[in-house]
Amino acid sequence: MKKVLIANRGEIARRIIKTCKRLNIETVAIFSEADKDLPYVKEADYAFLIGPSQVQQSYLKADDIIALAKREKVDAIHPGYGFLSENAEFARKAEAEGITFIGPKPETMEKMGDKIESRITMINANVPVVPGTEEGLATVEDAILAASSIGYPIMLKASAGGGGIGMIRCDDETTLVKHFESIKTRAKSYFGSDVVFLEKFIDSSRHIEVQIFGDKHGNIVHLFERNCSVQRRNQKVIEEAPSPNFPQEAREKLWEAAVNAAKAVDYINAGTVEFIVDHNHQFYFLEMNTRLQVEHPITEAITGFDLVEWQLKVAAGEELPVKDQSSIKSHGHAIEFRIYAEDPKTFFPSPGTIASQSWETEEDIRIDSGYEKGDKVTPFYDPMISKVIIHGENRKLAIESAQKVFSSAKIEGVKTNIPLFQQFLKDESFTSGEYSTSVLGEWMQRQREEVSK
Amino acid sequence: MKNLESSMAGTVFTVNVAVGEEVSAGQVVMVLESMKMEIPIEAETAGKIATINAHEGDFVNEGDVLVTFE
Repeated sequence: MKKVLIANRGEIARRIIKTCKRLNIETVAIFSEADKDLPYVKEADYAFLIGPSQVQQSYLKADDIIALAKREKVDAIHPGYGFLSENAEFARKAEAEGITFIGPKPETMEKMGDKIESRITMINANVPVVPGTEEGLATVEDAILAASSIGYPIMLKASAGGGGIGMIRCDDETTLVKHFESIKTRAKSYFGSDVVFLEKFIDSSRHIEVQIFGDKHGNIVHLFERNCSVQRRNQKVIEEAPSPNFPQEAREKLWEAAVNAAKAVDYINAGTVEFIVDHNHQFYFLEMNTRLQVEHPITEAITGFDLVEWQLKVAAGEELPVKDQSSIKSHGHAIEFRIYAEDPKTFFPSPGTIASQSWETEEDIRIDSGYEKGDKVTPFYDPMISKVIIHGENRKLAIESAQKVFSSAKIEGVKTNIPLFQQFLKDESFTSGEYSTSVLGEWMQRQREEVSK
Repeated sequence: MKNLESSMAGTVFTVNVAVGEEVSAGQVVMVLESMKMEIPIEAETAGKIATINAHEGDFVNEGDVLVTFE
C-alpha cells in the first residue's frame, strides 16, 4: 500500500495522515469549500476540492470521490467515521474499480446496518440481545401487541437507524400509538426504510462497547472495552477505558460475547460491538459499528497499538500485528473528552473562528484537533473540534491530570464545553465511576437547581 | 416593524409560519440546522408576519433577518 485517499475531514483526516506519514504512505485529502484552509488539507501530500460546503455536495459524493481516487491512482480509501464509512454501496463501487476499501466486507456492513437482521444474527450466535421483536412491525396494532408482551417502557426504533437517531422511548400504550407513525415517517426520510421494531428499555443502564479487530486470515481479537455512558443528546461526551465499576468476571464475558459477535459475521478490520449493561452487569447486544470509532484513541492509549496502522495492514492483506489474544495487554487508564464548539449549558452549536487555543500539555496527554488558531469552525459539520486523551497509571491519576489540563485550557472565538468539564470532573457522580447514561443530564439538572436556590 | 434575527449561522430546515399569520410569543417560526442539530427559532413577541426572508434550504448567517412583523 503506497497511496491512500482519505474520504473525510477535520481531526480524523489529520489523525489518519499522521500514521500514513510514519509508514511512508502517500495521502490524498479531499475538502469542501468551507474546509480549504484546515490543517489536514495542508498536511496531506495531495489535496483536492470535492465540492461546496454542504455534505451532500462534497463528502457524500461517492462517485466523485471514487473517480478522484482512480485518477490519482490510490491503492486504498480510508473512510474515517461518519460520512461514507458505513456505506456498503460506496465500498462495493471502490472495490469494483480495484481500490481497496479500508473496512469490513460490504455484506457485513449491510447486515450490521440493518438492526433487525443484526439482532437475529446475534441471537443465532448466542450473544444476548435486548428483549424485543425480531420482525418489523407493520401496524400500530402489531406494535401494541408486541409491546404488551415485552413490557413497558420500550424503545421504538428504526431498523435502518443508528447513532441515537430514529428512536424514542415509550412509557405506555398511549405514547407508543402517538409516536408510531412519526417514527416510521422519520425512518423513511432519514434512512430510506420505514421498518421499525421494539426493544425493552433498560433502566439506569450503561453504554459499554468492545473494540474488535479481524483480518483476512480468520484471526479475530478484542482490544478491551470502553465505557461511553457520559452523553448529551444521545451523543458521547466522555469515554473511558477500561470501564469503571465493572467486575473482571463481567468484563471477560463481555469480551467473549464481542468476539463471538465478530466471528458470527467473519469480521474483517476494525469494528465495535456496542452493549447496554444494566446495574447487575448483565449485558445485551445493541449494535455493531463497522468502522473506526471517534473514541479509538483510548484503546490505543491502554494497548499501545496504532489502530490506523492495524487497519492499513489488514486492508493490505497482512495478518493482525498481534493475533494471540493473551499477548494483548492493557496498561493503566485512559479517558477521552470530546471538545464541542457549543454552549456548555444549552448545547446549542457555536460556529466561529478560533481566536486562540492553549493547552498545558504534558506527557501522556494527546490532543487530536481538526483546527488550529485562526481556523474557522463552520456550521456545516459536526461540532466536535478536538479530542483530549489522557492516560494515567490508574483512573484516579487520569482524572487528576484531566482536572489539571482543563483548569488551564482555553479556547477563544467559539464557545466550547471546556467549562462543563471543569465542573463535571470534580463531581462525585463521575469520580465514583458508578454512573449510567443519565449521569450528565442529572448533573446538569442539579446545577440548575443550585443556581435557582 | 419588528424583525426576528437568526441567532446563529445555519441552513433553514423548515419554515413553520406563513405571511399574514398571527403568531404568539414563543411560537416556533423556523427551524435552523447547524452542526447536525435542529435549532428552533421562536418569536420573541406576538404579532402578524409581514415578510419571510429565508426559505427552506437557504443558508443564513448570525444576525440575518429571518422574518419581519407588521
